Order: sequence, then structure tokens, then C-alpha cells
Amino acid sequence: MAGILVFVEQRGGEIRKASLQALSEAHRLAAGGPVAAVFAGEGITQVAASLGAYGAQKVFCADDGNLKLYSAEGYAAVVAKAVEDFGPSAVFFSATMIGRDLAPRLAAKLGVGVLADVVGIELEGDVFVAKRPVYSGKAFVTVDAAGSIPQVISLRPNVFAAEESGGSAEVVALDGLSLSIRAMVKEFAAADAGELDVAEADTIVAAGRGIKGPENIALIKELAEALGAAVGASRAIVDAGWIGHANQVGQTGKVVSPSLYIACGISGAIQHLAGMSSSKVIVAINKDADAPIFKVADYGIVGDLFDVIPPMVEAIKAL
Amino acid sequence: MNCIVCVTSVPDTASVIKIGADGNQIDEGGIKWILSPHDEYALEEALKITEAQGGEVTVVTYGPARAEAVLRDCLARGAHQAVHVIGGEETLGDSFKIAQTLAAILKDREYGLILVGVQSVGTDNSQVGQMLAELLDLPHVAGITSLEVGEGTLNASREVEGGKEIYESPLPALLTCQKGLNEPRYAALKGIMAAKRKPVEKIEPSDIGIDEGAGAAYRLRSLSLPPEKGEGTLLQGEDDPAGAAGNLVKLLREEAKAI
Repeated sequence: MAGILVFVEQRGGEIRKASLQALSEAHRLAAGGPVAAVFAGEGITQVAASLGAYGAQKVFCADDGNLKLYSAEGYAAVVAKAVEDFGPSAVFFSATMIGRDLAPRLAAKLGVGVLADVVGIELEGDVFVAKRPVYSGKAFVTVDAAGSIPQVISLRPNVFAAEESGGSAEVVALDGLSLSIRAMVKEFAAADAGELDVAEADTIVAAGRGIKGPENIALIKELAEALGAAVGASRAIVDAGWIGHANQVGQTGKVVSPSLYIACGISGAIQHLAGMSSSKVIVAINKDADAPIFKVADYGIVGDLFDVIPPMVEAIKAL
Repeated sequence: MNCIVCVTSVPDTASVIKIGADGNQIDEGGIKWILSPHDEYALEEALKITEAQGGEVTVVTYGPARAEAVLRDCLARGAHQAVHVIGGEETLGDSFKIAQTLAAILKDREYGLILVGVQSVGTDNSQVGQMLAELLDLPHVAGITSLEVGEGTLNASREVEGGKEIYESPLPALLTCQKGLNEPRYAALKGIMAAKRKPVEKIEPSDIGIDEGAGAAYRLRSLSLPPEKGEGTLLQGEDDPAGAAGNLVKLLREEAKAI
């Protein structure tokens, strides 16, 4: 096999965990074969070598002021140059907001497709066979790249483990880049400190119409805080304006697969279930014992969330 | 400014997905086909821009005969004209092939913006827009939730993990749109009647140099349903909510090892 190139994402010079997961999976699949990383940003050459610990033998590093903030055009030019220099049979991304934006732009530049948001992957000879969700997780497809090379693949975050394998990497500066960036990020506006993003969180506490009104989001936040969790929401309460659309979980919101998902006062419409049913452990708290959410729940409490959540918060704090 | 909106026909989000007889496609029996929900935000934004600045909205779809219904829906909401590339059954899920087909249609048209939904609610690839931008050599911003269009430039933002990216880009450009950008309008009866008289241009892929059977970049091997969940543990919390809450926390810590 001709090797796997892994795009590694950073923010403010800090390597993103999801990229280490993709790099570790590439290392596992390559089984000793060549694995390289491609890394872009400003002032990042120092940290580039640390990618060796996760399986990169080589790091193509584009350290440039024009790459300080992400842009699809700038970063696609960087990855394309690394593809040209390394000649990989596959290019891996993590399916983060950046990975899902960048992989298709790069693929079209190379004249190939993308296997996106992959949750399972195996190698058959030189061919990657991937499993990915469709209809927001109501079904899965098993797919391959139909013989096109390189095979561009994005791996869903938090599905594959990041593992140190104890290697070291040679850092190679990527020179001769021609960057023409039209759609520029002028600013990255960080969310309020302490507010976790549902797309990244390992635990989510989600609210539905059962919370009765926007004033009761505070109760959900209290439980989320006790668990270090992000706050999710059903479509109904987003459309009612009780909480922002960024919190919506489901077929027209975010599709999530955290380790723990606690649904509070959510009946479980098919669109919501599609967005969260691949969570590892699902808890439902609902007054209606016949609510569809209980069909996917590992643990459930039939009861009034206003009576259940406060003692639950106490019990968690006492742990 | 003219806007082009690329749309897709997808199963209603309330659909129960079943595997068809061939094991590779969904069972289409009983499925209601709708305009992909994210495409509604793209169309609404295009209508708002042309209402404010003049110009026309052209909607384009690449899909089988039934996809004409989503074009009629867009025309009823106010789009001016529609283009239907008939096909796409063989290339379902092959974003690059779809982007190549759309690029072949759009390369000679005049537009300031191309707007598409952030993803189709179905194949969930979220990549036709970015690929189309690359093929047409346009800048793009994917998954926008705000937009201001000025003279020759635009400002847009998109939500990413832990914050927002705030973009500036020259026109023409391609934008992929999602919830939060606007409140899509519904078609009124008057619009529905008017849509019946609006033209839909029909094009065969071969007319624009596309061979659907060649150059695939995505091969579907099989379709499967998620594994069935086993019976969960149900606690009664009506009489003793505090007791049930305590038990739940204990189970999550000791049995599920989730907290």
C-alpha cells in the first residue's frame, strides 16, 4: 500500500483530539506501512513533531501567516501539495466541521470522491471499505471509492480511539505553496466559556417540550453542569425559540453519538431518534411510559422531570 | 443579481427507512418525497436577495422524474425558472459525479450566487456544494447561518465546534445553507397556480456530456439497518422520584460506567 496521509487540525496551535483519532486509526490500518500527517497553521512547527507519537512517520508542515485561520481554499492547496509530494493511496480527515468542509473541496481538486463521516473502516488489499450512516443514522451503507485514487475518507469524531504508539516523526516544511484565498475567515468568535458544543461533547443532557417553558432550561443546565455535559434540544423547543438552533439534535439538527445521552421530557420523534440513537448509553426521563424514547433507552425513569432532576443533581454531586 | 439554487428530492424526514428487495436501496413503497429541508433555507435566501436587489432565481435539480415535484414546490414559493437534469438513480450518493453534472449545467450561466442546502437529508454527504465550488473555481462558505450581500462582496458566518467563523468573500460565490439562516416561506395557493405555468427545462445528462455509467467515485456495496436495541432498565419515578434518581445515578456509575 502506498501510504495514508492524515490532515491534522489545530486551533490556536493546539492539535485537535479528533485529528489524533484519525491519525491513530490510519496507523492501525497501515499496519507498519507509511503514514504521514499534513499540518497547517502559523507558528506550529514546534508542535508538529509531537504527531510522531500517534503514528505519523513524517509531518508535512505548512507554517504560514495566511494559514493562521482556516480557509477551505488555502488548506486545500496545502493538502493537495502534500498529496503530490507523498503520493498516498488514501487521505484521511476527521469529520469535524473543518474536515467535512475541506475534504470535498480537496477531493474535487484531485478529481475523486469522499467517503464521509465514516464509523467503521477495513482494508481489503488496497481498497478501503467503509461503513457510514445515511438518513441521519436510520440506516447505514457500506461503500468504497470505486477504484479512484487517492481514497479520500473522513472519520466521525469520537468513534475511533486516539492511541499513542510511541514513534517519532520527521518534520518537512511544505514549500512552494501558491495560496489564493478568496473566502477568508476574518475572525473566529469563540463561544462563551464553559458552553460545550453538542457536536463534540462526550455527555449530552437534552431537553424537550416536557420542560414546559424557556425558564426551565436552567434546570437542564444544572444537570448538564453537574455532569460536565453539553445541552441538547429537540426540534420542538428550538422552533419555539426556547433555545438556539445550534443545540438542536436530530435529522435537521446535529447527529451526535456521545458516551451518554440523557433525554429529559423528549417524547422521541423519529427525526430526533435518528440524530441520537447511536449514543453509547441513552437515558430517558419522561412522564409518559409509552413515549417512543423509552424504546431506545438503556435506562429510563417514568416520572416528572421536575421531581427527578433535582435529586439526580444532588446524587451526582455526592459521587 | 441572479441566484442559482440547487435542490434535491428526499424522503420525508418522518419516513421509516426499510431495505428494498435488492438489498442496496431503500424500499420506496409508502415514501413521500419532499424538498430536502436544508434546501428550503437556500431557496429562501435566494428569494430574499432577488426581492431586495432584483434578478432571478433559477432552481436546478438532478434527479429522476419524480424530482420535478420539488422544482414545482420551489416555483410555487417564488423561484422564476427551473432546470431538471433527468437521471441520478445510478449516481445516488456519488457527490463528485453529481457535482460534475451540476457544473456542466451551470458553467455557462450568469449568476452572482449559487446557494445549496448544507446536505441532503438522505445520503448525508454534505459535499456537493464544496465540490461544485471547486469545479466552477468559486470561493465557498459551507453551512452558513448568517449572510449579508454587498457590492461585489459578502459577509457570512458559520458555526463550528466551540464558536463561529466569520467570513468575507468576493462574488460570485457558492454558499451552503442551514437552519438559523432564515425562516423559509411556504407556497401560497396563488404561487402554486402560477407555478403550473412556469417553465421547467428538461435536460438529459448525455446532452451536457455526462455519462452516468462511467467514472464513478463512490460504490455502494450494501445497505443495512442499525442493530436492534435490547430491553432497557425502567425505573418507576412517580411515587419516589428521589429514590429513582438515586438508583439511576448508581446504575450509570456502577453498571454503565458512563459517569
